[in-house]
Amino acid sequence: MFPMRTPFVIRFLSALPRAGWIAMGLFATLTLVIMPALHLFVPPESPFHVSAYVITLGGKILCYAIVAVAMDLIWGYAGILSLGHGLFFALGGYAFGMYLMRQIGRDGSYQSDLPDFMVFLDWKELPWYWTGSDSFLWAAFLVLALPGVVAFLFGWFAFRSRIKGVYFSIITQALTLAAMLLFFRNETGFGGNNGFTDFKRILGYDITAPETRATLFALSALALMLTLLLGRYLTTSKYGRVLAAIRDSESRVMFIGYNPLHYKLFIWTLSAMLCGIAGALYVPQVGIINPGEMSPANSIEIAIWVAVGGRGTLIGPVLGAGLVNLFKSYFTVAFPEYWLFFLGALFVAVTLWLPEGLVGLWRRLKTRRAA
Amino acid sequence: MTRFLISFLFCWLAVPAWAALDPSLVRQLTEEDSDRRIEAIQQLLVLPEAAPLLQAMADDGLMVGEDRVFIFTGETALDAATGEPIAPAPEAYESVMVNNRIRSALANALAAQKLSDTDAQVRLEAARELQSNAGLELVPALARALKTESDPTILDLLALAHAKASLESPDPEARLAAVTDLGARGSREARSLLLPLAEEAGEPDARVRAAATESLREIESRLAIGEFLGQIFSGLSLGSILLLAALGLAITYGVMGVINMAHGELLMVGAYTAFLVQTVFRTYLPEYLDWYVLAAIPTAFVAAALVGMVLERTVIRRLYGRPLETLLATWGLSLILIQAARVLFGAQNVEVANPTWMSGGVEVMAGLVLPWNRVFILGFSLFVLGLIWVLMQKTRLGLFVRAVTQNRPMAGCVGVPTGRVDTLAFGLGAGIAGLGGVALSQIANVGPDMGQGYIVDSFLVVVLGGVGQLAGAVWAALGLGVVTKFMEGWWGAVIAKIVVLVIVIAFIQKRPQGLFALKGRFVES
Amino acid sequence: MTVEAENPAWEEQAPAIGHVRRPGLDVSHKVILYLEDISVSFDGFKALNNLSLAIDAGELRCIIGPNGAGKTTMMDVITGKTRPDSGTCFFGQTLDLTRMTEPEIAHAGIGRKFQKPTVFENHTVFENLELAMTADKRALRTLFAWLGQEGRDRIADTLKLIRLDADADRPAGLLSHGQKQWLEIGMLLMQEPKLLLLDEPVAGMTDDETERTGELFKSLAGKHSLVVVEHDMAFIEQLGGKVTVLHEGSVLAEGDLATVQGDARVVEVYLGR
Repeated sequence: MFPMRTPFVIRFLSALPRAGWIAMGLFATLTLVIMPALHLFVPPESPFHVSAYVITLGGKILCYAIVAVAMDLIWGYAGILSLGHGLFFALGGYAFGMYLMRQIGRDGSYQSDLPDFMVFLDWKELPWYWTGSDSFLWAAFLVLALPGVVAFLFGWFAFRSRIKGVYFSIITQALTLAAMLLFFRNETGFGGNNGFTDFKRILGYDITAPETRATLFALSALALMLTLLLGRYLTTSKYGRVLAAIRDSESRVMFIGYNPLHYKLFIWTLSAMLCGIAGALYVPQVGIINPGEMSPANSIEIAIWVAVGGRGTLIGPVLGAGLVNLFKSYFTVAFPEYWLFFLGALFVAVTLWLPEGLVGLWRRLKTRRAA
Repeated sequence: MTRFLISFLFCWLAVPAWAALDPSLVRQLTEEDSDRRIEAIQQLLVLPEAAPLLQAMADDGLMVGEDRVFIFTGETALDAATGEPIAPAPEAYESVMVNNRIRSALANALAAQKLSDTDAQVRLEAARELQSNAGLELVPALARALKTESDPTILDLLALAHAKASLESPDPEARLAAVTDLGARGSREARSLLLPLAEEAGEPDARVRAAATESLREIESRLAIGEFLGQIFSGLSLGSILLLAALGLAITYGVMGVINMAHGELLMVGAYTAFLVQTVFRTYLPEYLDWYVLAAIPTAFVAAALVGMVLERTVIRRLYGRPLETLLATWGLSLILIQAARVLFGAQNVEVANPTWMSGGVEVMAGLVLPWNRVFILGFSLFVLGLIWVLMQKTRLGLFVRAVTQNRPMAGCVGVPTGRVDTLAFGLGAGIAGLGGVALSQIANVGPDMGQGYIVDSFLVVVLGGVGQLAGAVWAALGLGVVTKFMEGWWGAVIAKIVVLVIVIAFIQKRPQGLFALKGRFVES
Repeated sequence: MTVEAENPAWEEQAPAIGHVRRPGLDVSHKVILYLEDISVSFDGFKALNNLSLAIDAGELRCIIGPNGAGKTTMMDVITGKTRPDSGTCFFGQTLDLTRMTEPEIAHAGIGRKFQKPTVFENHTVFENLELAMTADKRALRTLFAWLGQEGRDRIADTLKLIRLDADADRPAGLLSHGQKQWLEIGMLLMQEPKLLLLDEPVAGMTDDETERTGELFKSLAGKHSLVVVEHDMAFIEQLGGKVTVLHEGSVLAEGDLATVQGDARVVEVYLGR
């Protein structure tokens, strides 16, 4: 145990037990060293070469895993099911996408200073909210601030009026639906239907170059690891225990003097900002962001990643996001017409028979073997 | 068409001859000067017996040859003035040229003649035609018809035509009367007629100008009322759809505390059932096709209720007490239902036609037409509402449902079979969604994705109305419908949707329990 | 006299900033809780009807009354769960409870034990007490909070007092009904409230446990003020404080137990005619 004045950093890092650090080290070696090296330095003919497709798919899944962990923080630990987390992911993506659009410069189809879609709409200058979008730092700030502010405002009103349970879930779904409709409009100034695409550069580097891909992949992995560490600290701290207490009996928590509003609002906003980061890493890797990312179906899929892996654990969402998305990228190519049947069945099966997810199943098997 | 007119002519020909017309007038029809010919047409149009002659002229069947004017139909030649057959038919002749000006004068003349027809339908069509292109020359004919006409619809059209024609009169008094008359009629057409008259360029007489301005103001305010009422109506019609979608949701949410995300897909099941019933009627009972909707209503109710009860028994029941997971599971069910519809019926929308008695609309006042299908849906949802009210208040099932809604453990303790009530209530809610689907199939596209948009809207209705409250659901649905339509009118559909959402959230700040809250000690738990 | 100085250590730990400041309680007129003309109605049913009540600082007050007399609703009003339709409710001379939220009221120093024991079933006994312990309970402070030795000692003391030291690391959900009652009382003590509201605290306890609870309450009186709602007359007799009888939402009688039991109206309410 630590004395009173233990530096925060040490307390933060000590939240992860030794086995966790070993797993984290292995994961870091794989994603920060081995995968990028296999992509960059092994010739394409070699069976060990990691192709651009694989590294992009991997980077995409890492981003999804961050979203899943963010989702789990509020659903698994605080008991708040958001059906609108895709909105925060997309907001982060759009915030960074604005920067990527500006990086195209005059290399677009119309060779204009303005993004192509604005030329197409016959706009003469950038709208005011695009001010500063050519600065990477401003974009990075927006990636955090935009989802953060939206989540904070929405959460403040929702939690203040004690909207909970299915009420809250459906209203988040309505929120993302409304945002999607808004972004579909050309007048909104974010490329309407098509969103942003045809990116050329990031920080001056060619966005399709293998080195850029490998770097983005490694950054996504790093972001995921930091998210997991943060999640670990939060959930093992007193804050995490209060949060779980709010999940189990909110009124009781109020009567011992905690204001649930602030607790929920903090984790809710943080979760949204994590999604924003994931979105910002996602967009340069897949090369497109459009309002479809805000569709209610997308958001609710995030919940199933978490459920499959096991909510209330931190490794579960990572597992779930990975497995479901690997499976999806195979299935939608091999049997496209059956994917929705499968996904639907997955929703039903997991909630009926696997309420604790794969992690819960593994734990159960372990205790059974021990007994 | 021409063939029909020709055979029509032959019918006339079977009757020996008509009362003789003034031959000089008939001859005037063939002169070079268009003005003179039009003058002749206008003189002829007041004579009923001139009808065949005018018709023939319009059909290019009026001939001049060997110094005679006659109607030639290919076989027989008839004297244009007397209608007597001419034998032998002249050898050399040519058709009387009809230019566009003459043609429209002829059309008007023929229409004016039809105004005295005994068949009201013919008169109505004639009046419609005249209303759009009557000229000054028809004023007397119209004035005469106005005196004899009794049908109010035709009378309205005639009056408008009369006023419109009179506006061309050189006499300011006549114009003044017309302007005042138009002001009293107050339709959109009247408004566009009056607009130029309110300005100096369009009207030299100051008195007429003033009257036109006054009439315009009158029309504007009447149109505004019409538009206002129209928006309220379309809001109510949207609200009635929302109500049908939300009623079922309100019942299941009230009873079981779960939101069925597949509720929209139960609407879809209802709509596809309507489609199937329509197909069956088209194949086996084509003569009763117009009444397929009546058969579709109970069928859709049963189909959706069965699907709902199966879902409840197999999935939702096992998730009791886990409302958030129920959201996910039912979402999965909705995906399966959507994909099943795609596989069974194709990804494209299917065509569900309105029965003929539901097409068209009723014009209740100038500028306000209520489409029959929307009127039907409004009435239908009120009917369903009444049915549910009776079911809830007067039957044992309703009593049980209300009991479980208020206090499930207590209801269980006093012997209410809560499990069966759940299934039945769920079936009832699903069936009502099926009815909503039938209604929706009459005004919207029927496709696999059609139900997706309704879950959020109908949930907002439930939130606003308060759980387990029929009256609340009604007010919330109709209110949301009307508010949405008004805002759509001002800002467009997207902004309207967002504003509605903001309003609902703001509303819950003030009244977390909805419009009509249950109060008491047990409500919170 | 203000009670603020009672807990100087805590005040140092959490500087008085913003809404979580634990306000000084002014009990200069010896009264810690005033209820005046409180009315609450649910859909026409008057749960409380012009209820007036005053609790002195350090007093141990018992409240009895038949079912539906408004006992729980009264507690709901005091703790901010239910807003009264009319009337005033003051904590000390200055704090208007009808304008405060539940956490604010808890912070001001009113602790409540529910009729049905409500503990955090997924948390261990130790964690339950840790959560209840006086501390800066703001979200961001809690995020960086660290349980020091002082806090551990306090929890250990309380665990001993409520005889759950052997069960400290068990999830609270596994405790027996009586143990949960004790745990909830323990949580209440960790909050160090000035006023304790106890709704049927000995329901489900053995006679032995009941007696121990009585002793504990009596020892708390004086330093704390207690309002106990009970049906168990023997327990009330053991406590020996002033008794208030509620009936149909207002005070029917007040005095020591013997006086109240002799009151003809009380007998009628309890026994019927």
